[in-house]
Amino acid sequence: MVCLKQVPATTSEKRYTADLRLDRAASEAVINPLDEYAIEQALRLQESGAVESVGYLSMGPDQAAEALRRALAMGGDDATLVTDPGLGGADAWATARVLAAALDRIAPDIALMGMASDDARGSLVPGAVAALRGVPLLSYGSELRVDGSVARVRRLTADGFDIVEAPMPVVASVTDQVGEPRYASLKGIMAAKRKPMETWSLGDLGLSPDDLHGAALTRVVEVRKPEAKPPTERVENVSADEAVTRIADWLAARKLA
Amino acid sequence: MTYRPTADHDELRAVVRELADERIAPRAAEIDATAEFPWDLKELLAKQDLMGICFPARFGGTELDNISQAIVVEEIARADATTSLIVLVQKLGALPIIVSGTEEQRSRYFPRLASGEWMAAFGLTEASAGSDVAGIRMRARRDGDAYLLTGSKRFITHGSIANLVTIFAMTDPAAGRKGLSAFIVETDTPGFSAPRIEHKMGIRGSPTAELHFDDVRVPVANRIGEEGDGFAVAMATLDRSRLSIAAQAVGIAQGAIDFAIGYAAQREQFGERIADMEGIQFMLADMASGTEAARQLTYAAAAAVDADAPDLAYWTSSAKLVAGDTAMRVTTDAVQVLGGYGYVTEYPVERMMRDAKITQLYEGTQQVQRLIIARQLLRRAGVSRPAK
Repeated sequence: MVCLKQVPATTSEKRYTADLRLDRAASEAVINPLDEYAIEQALRLQESGAVESVGYLSMGPDQAAEALRRALAMGGDDATLVTDPGLGGADAWATARVLAAALDRIAPDIALMGMASDDARGSLVPGAVAALRGVPLLSYGSELRVDGSVARVRRLTADGFDIVEAPMPVVASVTDQVGEPRYASLKGIMAAKRKPMETWSLGDLGLSPDDLHGAALTRVVEVRKPEAKPPTERVENVSADEAVTRIADWLAARKLA
Repeated sequence: MTYRPTADHDELRAVVRELADERIAPRAAEIDATAEFPWDLKELLAKQDLMGICFPARFGGTELDNISQAIVVEEIARADATTSLIVLVQKLGALPIIVSGTEEQRSRYFPRLASGEWMAAFGLTEASAGSDVAGIRMRARRDGDAYLLTGSKRFITHGSIANLVTIFAMTDPAAGRKGLSAFIVETDTPGFSAPRIEHKMGIRGSPTAELHFDDVRVPVANRIGEEGDGFAVAMATLDRSRLSIAAQAVGIAQGAIDFAIGYAAQREQFGERIADMEGIQFMLADMASGTEAARQLTYAAAAAVDADAPDLAYWTSSAKLVAGDTAMRVTTDAVQVLGGYGYVTEYPVERMMRDAKITQLYEGTQQVQRLIIARQLLRRAGVSRPAK
């Protein structure tokens, strides 16, 4: 079961509502690019016969169904969207709580996620879901394999790699090292329209907004743009000697040379 | 003729645009510079099911409506005109079989074409016969259960790389256009050769071939329609295939607009972005509104083809005329927006300008489109010229 998140495209302009939530309707939405690697990994496992079926799970507004449909166009069998008015502004903890509850109900051998989401970049959800479900976490895999009842990731480290394995069920997250995500084919897109997609509310999962403390333990106090970088200084249209002197002076002034 | 774009059309556009932006656009300059056919992109398009968009699902195609097909061609051409021909000529070459072939011929060839395993080409034009079809000299002589084809074709897009070419040859030269017949020729048949490739101004990665036929034996089972049907088959094909050229032209124009806007937003002169100068803004506005008009006319023509409207030639010729001229004007203006940078190969707009020119020439020049449109107008008004 691949857990995926719909995020605003990095290239699109972002707007925020008065209560400092991202105005999702105002930006072009895509599958979190890092989740696409999880999709690719899952589909490769299915193609090799290592797993029987691939499903998708997402929590988000109604329009997140588009991301699930796009994932189904890449491959896989079915999708589930958890959507509820009580989930607006959900933080990583609330997201993990909801995903864990949904996964308890689906009971997959592997809950597979991208290593982070492109918008928040907290990287908290895989670990939190594993903790809430009480199952092992195989994080940051550059490759995921299944061997009988054991799931195994290869994780790159500063001086080599670790092989980490655990008996299933597990939560796993993978990096962009698993291989380039495929493009949806035309037949895939057409087939996706006929694949089953379920929609669950919080009530379906036996959760109430109170369980989620208003969907967030954290509070956004401010949203601002990163400090603008000083403009690039260019040395152009001068002699080579002059250019060398100016670049050397520039480096010296910053104690870089 | 009216049409209504659907959510499916929007999704299709987004999917093809992503593929074109990420995989095709980065190859465009190299394809143009080397004039080498992009086999890698042909494989990619086949894998994504984009070579089978015009074929029925029962033969492995994706059977898209004509607006969808136009969107696919448009989005690929926005990145690279040469690559859009891979999709477009697959349809052009197969259209004679689509419009007039037998079910047996379709079942024999469409699966391989729809999967992209085989490529098709369309062989009508000769050195001395372009739009004047009655001037075709290529002969087909009946010999038992086959025909022997002899002669030459020129300007055949993909003729040297196709596995199958639909060929038009005279079975009865004395009968003029009524003596023309159409055939399916497999290019591995003895006597077939493609001895020469043209050196071209644009669409340079797409091989435009001269084809020689030296007693090429074609089974009777590969004749499309009856003897003498060739002219009707050719016209029915071109009346529909011109739609793809309109879509290609719209795509080329949009690619030039998108690049010109990006450039104008970062280029500074006299202390301001040129995008904030009225002289540039007026050009960009004319480029965009003209392209949008051409696009909408192209989709209207696509709807006419989907409806098999009796006057579909009026629509497809109008769309090709307007879109081709728009692409030429818009790409020329894009070069103007970039100034000197637009004229050098470091930037893509000069390539787009060279590519745009072909849309005013092939599948009937713009002047021939006007003849077709005028003929339709006279027919509508009930004042057609009496048959000679």
